[in-house]
Amino acid sequence: MGEVKLMKGNEVLAEAAIRCGCDGYFGYPITPQSEVMETLMAREPWNETGMVVLQAESEVAAINMVYGAAATGKKVMTSSSSPGISLMSEGISYIAGAELPCLLVNVQRGGPGLGTIQPSQADYFQTVKGGGHGDYKLIVLAPSSVQEMNDFVDLGFELAFKYRNPAMILADGAIGQMMEKVELADSKPRWTKEEVVEKNGSWATTGKPATRKKNIVTSLEMDSGRMEQNNLRFQDKYRKMEENEVRYEAFQCDDAEFILVAFGTCSRVCQKTVEMARAKGLKVGLLRPITLYPFPNKIIKELARKALGFLSIEMSAGQMVEDIKLAVYEAGSNARVDYFGRMGGIIPTPTEVVEALEKIFSWELSYGVKRSY
Amino acid sequence: MEIQEIIKPENLVYQKTPLLNDDVMHYCPGCSHGVVHKLLAELIEEMDLQEKTIGVAPVGCSVFAYNYIDIDWQEAAHGRAPAVATGIARINPDNFVFTYQGDGDLASIGTAEIMHACNRGENILVIFINNGIYGMTGGQMAPTTLEGMVTSTTPNGRNVDLNGYPMKITNLIAQLPGTSYVTRQSVHTAAAVRKCKRSIKKAIQNVLDKKGTSFVEVVSTCNSGWKMTPVDSNKWMEENMIPYYPLGDMKDTIKGEHSDR
Repeated sequence: MGEVKLMKGNEVLAEAAIRCGCDGYFGYPITPQSEVMETLMAREPWNETGMVVLQAESEVAAINMVYGAAATGKKVMTSSSSPGISLMSEGISYIAGAELPCLLVNVQRGGPGLGTIQPSQADYFQTVKGGGHGDYKLIVLAPSSVQEMNDFVDLGFELAFKYRNPAMILADGAIGQMMEKVELADSKPRWTKEEVVEKNGSWATTGKPATRKKNIVTSLEMDSGRMEQNNLRFQDKYRKMEENEVRYEAFQCDDAEFILVAFGTCSRVCQKTVEMARAKGLKVGLLRPITLYPFPNKIIKELARKALGFLSIEMSAGQMVEDIKLAVYEAGSNARVDYFGRMGGIIPTPTEVVEALEKIFSWELSYGVKRSY
Repeated sequence: MEIQEIIKPENLVYQKTPLLNDDVMHYCPGCSHGVVHKLLAELIEEMDLQEKTIGVAPVGCSVFAYNYIDIDWQEAAHGRAPAVATGIARINPDNFVFTYQGDGDLASIGTAEIMHACNRGENILVIFINNGIYGMTGGQMAPTTLEGMVTSTTPNGRNVDLNGYPMKITNLIAQLPGTSYVTRQSVHTAAAVRKCKRSIKKAIQNVLDKKGTSFVEVVSTCNSGWKMTPVDSNKWMEENMIPYYPLGDMKDTIKGEHSDR
């Protein structure tokens, strides 16, 4: 068993980055995730592993530092919160377009605009549907505990390099700020220069030896035919991710008539909701998507065969609910899909969710059969 | 004498560096970019830096710089080359990293990135091509466009009340303690080309010696954007650009030392 500590989610991100052999972190302070860079700066990993930590002049600069460093084939990351991620979105599009691996973290706060510093999940669309310009996808991991803030750093890098694609940990202010027990990963050394060349020398800007052609890292292609081919290649890659990388957790779904779907902080609320609803005799289960992209639509389609309804619980005006609706529609199911959530930095309570469930599905609860449309 | 005899290797007095490949450049005839590319390629070869060098191309006319010099390259977003170069250089301190940027890229959209990279004293070389106009997008006003100069977005000439003043950004850069060598050169005569090459060589050596950021502005022509012949452009540049942007070294020191002239 690894070292066990009581730590904040944001602090764990920093610790996990050092331990997984990350080469560089570039960031800009923003609440509620400033502890990531603060922890790194206090830890001075450059003395221990050689990891570089740099406070950039803006999120725009930070993401472009990540873009530059990632192009050299090394493990680099940044973290920010919602308004900062908006600023980074241009750079993220470039990174996706140039097919570079890197790890991004969004510890979400409520918007729009300057919004609030309290937790939110309202960047779901921005994160899973693109965010920046052009047809690209991020690999999106949604932690629901401090332990997963630790685990997803290494996993995020692994998936990013596997697909040469940026991966994002989509957390929220609650996960970032709360303290929990965490089992830290064992330390791995950073890749040596030789390992970087061996793994990534076919595309990375490692310096051109006489023995290979120059590597050019760019998202630019002026020829429409070739640009379309690039896009088709990206789409193939995204289909492979959808095939191989879906991760979710199903909780008491086997006999469930009603499925709550929730990620991150909301999924913790819903665990309690399931308990409370079951105590009332309601057959309720919880599906927790861990990867938001690729979205776990296969399991939703399966569950839709027998479930009477799905309720998406979100700290937003209802964003993920659209993806659930798509999956249920594709399944040809009559199950009803609805949403309940809170905004502005407010976390829904288990009691509120039970009440919403009973109200929204009152017809199904009374008659026990599917409503036909 | 037959041509075949003349071009024998022993008769060569000048040879194109093999680092500059044979692709046809997209630059307009008369443009300064080609000359500066050649100087960079020659120096990377002469200083044996091909395997260490990573170039960062900008957005602007030199967006395709990566097509011409045989080194590893990265294409940055508009204005962000100094941040990209920072990321590369920080985690690869043994590499020689340079940015190649125009006036719109460096002095307009990328002012924050260039100021802060220079202020941190990143060990990078910055080549700044100042031709007072946006060439790539068709001749719009640049921050360095001279007062009264006609561009497609200042059809009646740059009006400083409306558009502000032509920015001497290199003078600002020279104030920053992170920079070691800051100079302004040109490539419009053979003598100027030789002098510019010496400056870039010194700048590269400073980067290799980890003295901080080295910054070489090259006052350049854009005959297409200026709507002049190449020869007239050189003359116009001498008469108008160089008096406002005088040539010469502004700072020659090491990081952390002030030497403001």
